[in-house]
Amino acid sequence: MAKFQGVDYYNTENLLSEDEILVRNTVREFVDDNVLPVIEKHNRAGTFPMHLVKQMAELGLFGATLPAKYGCAELNNVAYGLMMEELERGDSGIRSFASVQSALVMYPIFTFGSEEQKDYWLPKLASGTAIGCFGLTEPDFGSNPGGMITRAEKKDGGFLLNGAKMWITNGTLADVAVVWAKLDGEIFGFLVEKGTKGFSAPEMTGKHSLRASVTSELVFEDCFIPEKNLLPKSEGLKSPLMCLSQARYGIAWGAIGAAMACYDAALQYAKSRVQFDKPIASFQMTQEKLVHMVTEITKAQLLCLQLGRLKDQNKAKFTQISLAKRNNVYHALEIARMAREILGANGILDEYPVMRHSANLESVKTYEGTHEMHTLIIGEDITGIAAFN
Amino acid sequence: MNILVFVNHVPDTETKVKVGADGKTIDPAGINYMLSPYDEFAVEEGLKLREKFTGEVTVASLGGDANKETLRKALAMGCNKAVLLKDASVRDSFAVARSLADFAKELSPDIILFGKQSIDYDNGQVGSLVAEILSMPSISVVVKLEINDGAIVAEREIEGGHEVVCSTLPAVVMAQKGLNQPRYPSLKGIMDAKRKVIEERAASFVESKVEVLSMRKPPAKNPGKIVGTDVSAVPELVRLLHEEAKVI
Repeated sequence: MAKFQGVDYYNTENLLSEDEILVRNTVREFVDDNVLPVIEKHNRAGTFPMHLVKQMAELGLFGATLPAKYGCAELNNVAYGLMMEELERGDSGIRSFASVQSALVMYPIFTFGSEEQKDYWLPKLASGTAIGCFGLTEPDFGSNPGGMITRAEKKDGGFLLNGAKMWITNGTLADVAVVWAKLDGEIFGFLVEKGTKGFSAPEMTGKHSLRASVTSELVFEDCFIPEKNLLPKSEGLKSPLMCLSQARYGIAWGAIGAAMACYDAALQYAKSRVQFDKPIASFQMTQEKLVHMVTEITKAQLLCLQLGRLKDQNKAKFTQISLAKRNNVYHALEIARMAREILGANGILDEYPVMRHSANLESVKTYEGTHEMHTLIIGEDITGIAAFN
Repeated sequence: MNILVFVNHVPDTETKVKVGADGKTIDPAGINYMLSPYDEFAVEEGLKLREKFTGEVTVASLGGDANKETLRKALAMGCNKAVLLKDASVRDSFAVARSLADFAKELSPDIILFGKQSIDYDNGQVGSLVAEILSMPSISVVVKLEINDGAIVAEREIEGGHEVVCSTLPAVVMAQKGLNQPRYPSLKGIMDAKRKVIEERAASFVESKVEVLSMRKPPAKNPGKIVGTDVSAVPELVRLLHEEAKVI
């Protein structure tokens, strides 16, 4: 397949600054050179390409919006979004790794952590010498995290943690887990370090989606957490939800990347695949599909760009992030499926990226707030009536 | 070490260029531009020399405002300073080289690095012309470079093999693919580069000696024909090559 040249039907490039373009081009090149050549192999094997962690850290992909004093790049939110877009053009699993490390581990430590916790963990996480994970969802509490069963109990010099978390990206790999648990009925964040007695993180197997990403359970059995590992500024369900807003913002951009990869594959294929003596791109039904794809990609790009600008001014509402995540992932999945149709039988082969993206996006549509929950979040915002409690 | 790297801002290798309305220049609409790939090897080599000898890497480019994008990338890769020699006119290699040499003279660098050619017009002359104007040794198509105590040992790619040459600093060295693996600009480097100022100055005026009269694309190729995909197609293929193409 020819090298990816970007999809920019509305000249959105003109709305980006020189450094935002350079960030995007750098990550684009990194993905072309290092992710695409190995991703199908890892997807088949169900393994995460660990060798990329060091390179991603050197590029500065972890915690990229955080301050330079922790070794981070201090990007604005648009540049961060473009970075996520390109990573997910490679694979949702690679983007998920960066999302979790940045938005769900470094962000809460930066926002809710003590100075000691920030100074200790953020440089390690930025440089990739430590990997983190985020434990909120439980086997019986997904869309309703407030019902969580995991409990922390005050003990001498710390807390005793009991419970289990599920669907945790990077869980088995992680050196530190940001775990949310109830202490006297209120939700707090705790840093649980790898090797802590009573803590285990078995990998979940049998996934048909996000195969190049590690997904785990976290199990805590009378796990002692020293007092210094409580995130002191965390309080209530709002704290983990703030983290999720950060992650969802990255997903809204990432989905465009997956969609662009599928559109690009479908467009190239349609122009070269000949049936009835002409390229299938000359048939009206194929054109309609391609037009639908590029239209939805263009709309998603504009949505994210404005969202990013709002976020840079601290004016983005979490409901606006919900709208972008909901819309962009929905259409990315639709585009992946349409691309598969254009590619016909070839679409199911891993010679093309389409089926992998399609399978990945099934997860992306559900994680970080299901499509349905985002519908209800926006519904509550515009009507003033909550449909879910 | 005072290191000077000259870079050019050229159409992306994947871009399909169109001839402009004047029939003499390419139409810039819809073209993605990039740091010329051979120049990227030159930047990387400059940064490696600085890592070894300390000092400063200055990157400079002659052209219009658009060239700042390429200079910004070189800064993000780690160059200390960037200078835009401003001139948006069309120049031949000699007029470019004279202006670059005028600038280089002021800087008195220990080494001047170029890519072996810019991938836009492919003249491959500018580096050697600058060396000639400045009376410096010129080493082109370099795939390996070693510098010790002011002495250069360089490996050049030649037809069918490699050639090892030696010379002394200051010198002009032109990079070929294989010299190194250019680093990615880190995101932190990009943000640091954003805070750096690109110095702008007018390029010295030099009249071109060669003028472009016209530019045209190669004639379109006839589409290929697939006779078949397995061994059963061989007799037909042989027949066509013999009777139609008349090559066997």
